[in-house]
Amino acid sequence: MALKLMEEKGVPLERQRFTMRELTPAPMSKLDDDAFTRVRIILMNGIEMGASRFQHLAAAFNEDLREPLARVRRVEHHQQTMVNWLLSPDDSPLDITLGYEQVAIEVTASIAEHEPDDYLAQVYRFGLLEDFDHLYRYSALADRLEGKDANNILQSYTDILPGRPTSFEHRDPHDDLRDHYDRKAAAPLSKVHALTLFMGEYQTHNYYLTIGPMYTDPIARGLYAEIASIEEQHVTQYGSMCDPDETWLEKWLLYEATEAYNYHSCMQYEGNPRIRAIWERCLDYELGHLQLVMGLFKDIERRDPAEVLPEELPDMIDYTSHREFIRKVLDKEVDYTAEGHRIGPREQFNDGARSAEYRDHLNKDGSFSDMVAENYVWRPGTELVDRISRQAA
Amino acid sequence: MEATRSRGQTMGHNRTGIMASPMDGRALERTASDAPPPHTESLVATQMREQLARQGDRLGSVPTITTARGLAEMALHALQGHRLASFIDKLGERLAFERSGVRAYEAVLVKFEALGTWQGGPTRDLLREQCNEELAHFHMIKQIMEQLGADPTAMTPSADVAAVQASGVFKVLADPRTSLSQALRALLVLEDVDADGWDMLVEVAASTRQDQLASRFRDALATEEMHKERVREWLSHAALADAQRTGDGWQQASMH
Repeated sequence: MALKLMEEKGVPLERQRFTMRELTPAPMSKLDDDAFTRVRIILMNGIEMGASRFQHLAAAFNEDLREPLARVRRVEHHQQTMVNWLLSPDDSPLDITLGYEQVAIEVTASIAEHEPDDYLAQVYRFGLLEDFDHLYRYSALADRLEGKDANNILQSYTDILPGRPTSFEHRDPHDDLRDHYDRKAAAPLSKVHALTLFMGEYQTHNYYLTIGPMYTDPIARGLYAEIASIEEQHVTQYGSMCDPDETWLEKWLLYEATEAYNYHSCMQYEGNPRIRAIWERCLDYELGHLQLVMGLFKDIERRDPAEVLPEELPDMIDYTSHREFIRKVLDKEVDYTAEGHRIGPREQFNDGARSAEYRDHLNKDGSFSDMVAENYVWRPGTELVDRISRQAA
Repeated sequence: MEATRSRGQTMGHNRTGIMASPMDGRALERTASDAPPPHTESLVATQMREQLARQGDRLGSVPTITTARGLAEMALHALQGHRLASFIDKLGERLAFERSGVRAYEAVLVKFEALGTWQGGPTRDLLREQCNEELAHFHMIKQIMEQLGADPTAMTPSADVAAVQASGVFKVLADPRTSLSQALRALLVLEDVDADGWDMLVEVAASTRQDQLASRFRDALATEEMHKERVREWLSHAALADAQRTGDGWQQASMH
């Protein structure tokens, strides 16, 4: 069902209120709720975090917007709290990490499949194979450090296989920048896609930087540091896809539309009625924010929001397994690399001397991501199942 | 075998206590003593925790059994409904625990190889033997669950709780700054709970006349009791070695 951005009015900002108890709802069940519920919680926390970050920056540059930004931002903050507190506390930081990578894989795959622009879709497929490899590395860590099976978190939706090797993903910053969409010509869905992944990856980067130092195992600490570095590259990549010529208010409109679009997608797929009601409430609040920003856009910029936003946003994020799509991309594009704004097979770019030098230096003393998954093959029930068979033989 | 790379405890500039800050510490104590003694009985937070514990959701459920064959028929007959779910839950817990136990012993072996041992401390062979026994127990429970038609790859609620319990233990084991004796003390926590878990399985199997299962569980219990005793013994030898050293003076309180 398409989201009618112009028609749906949502809840007016002045009626958007929370109590402290509402901000701390009972968590999802790690064992009985669908893995995609965790995926949605993680993504929407990232999106709220991104909205809040943007609104702080916007306030720093626009005196006349400071008051409406402060009012909306308080609600965004409370929405983020309510959403993030749905995570189950019996999930370990590593369990949640696996969830973050599942977001990066399945949501990116959905976006890559729906993206109308070929170049942007290529960028998404490129990033997808890197996060796919991160999941494999973290799964090896869970297995080898604590004897845990990553599939208890992933619930069989996502394969645990090597992608583009993480140690090869390190690139010179010049090779992480991409062509941005054209604000006047791009499809609204392309703008929403770019913002969704920009915000999602930004929060992944934040999360790894926060929990990485809490590990005692030196390989785990190194792995988080290494993957956080790649996530910074991804934030650079997805951030560079947004047109820098959009005005602050134009961007604010797009942020609100992206939030509404994503809550709408969550609502359509959510099987837990209590959590679905939270998505619905947040959608209504975001539509209220959108109404307010549309008013500001008309009053301050003297422009019609229809210049930026469509009547409705058609395709939703698919909260389903993208196994077949990912396998095809893996098969065809795992050896791709980036040079400047272009992405393609390594041989086309002479293997990018600039990034090769950067990577060689970074990996000079060894790579944690290589070490953690040396000869690792995931098996249902962990790799120790294989050791049993070997001992029996 | 004497330790050659022991990690001694030394006196130094530990800043965490009030006595480490003679000026600020005294000022802090004066501020605290100015406040009247608080009433800490019947706190609202405690009442709220009680209320939420009463109305809170469960962690999750035990996966249903899909196929029953062989051993399953007899066991399923003896264990109906709630008792069956509880039995599968506990089997799932032991499976996850033994599997994690393999990784715990691997972490202890890293310490052993890096730091050496002490007179009466663990040997490489014994650590490897105990590691292999954890692996064998994992294998045994996996087979039993398969025979019962239960999914050995699922995480049951008790397995989930056990993982939360053990998370601190694994932090100690993985920390390159901890000594072998500190790692063994953490391991003892696991071994203690492990033996108790097997004891519970023996009781359930025996009370439902699963003689064959009870016998296998008793063997595992005996092995785990031995693990526990050995770890205790290694630690008592470490303490003894420390006491002998401290007899020479206060400089080094612990060598391990």
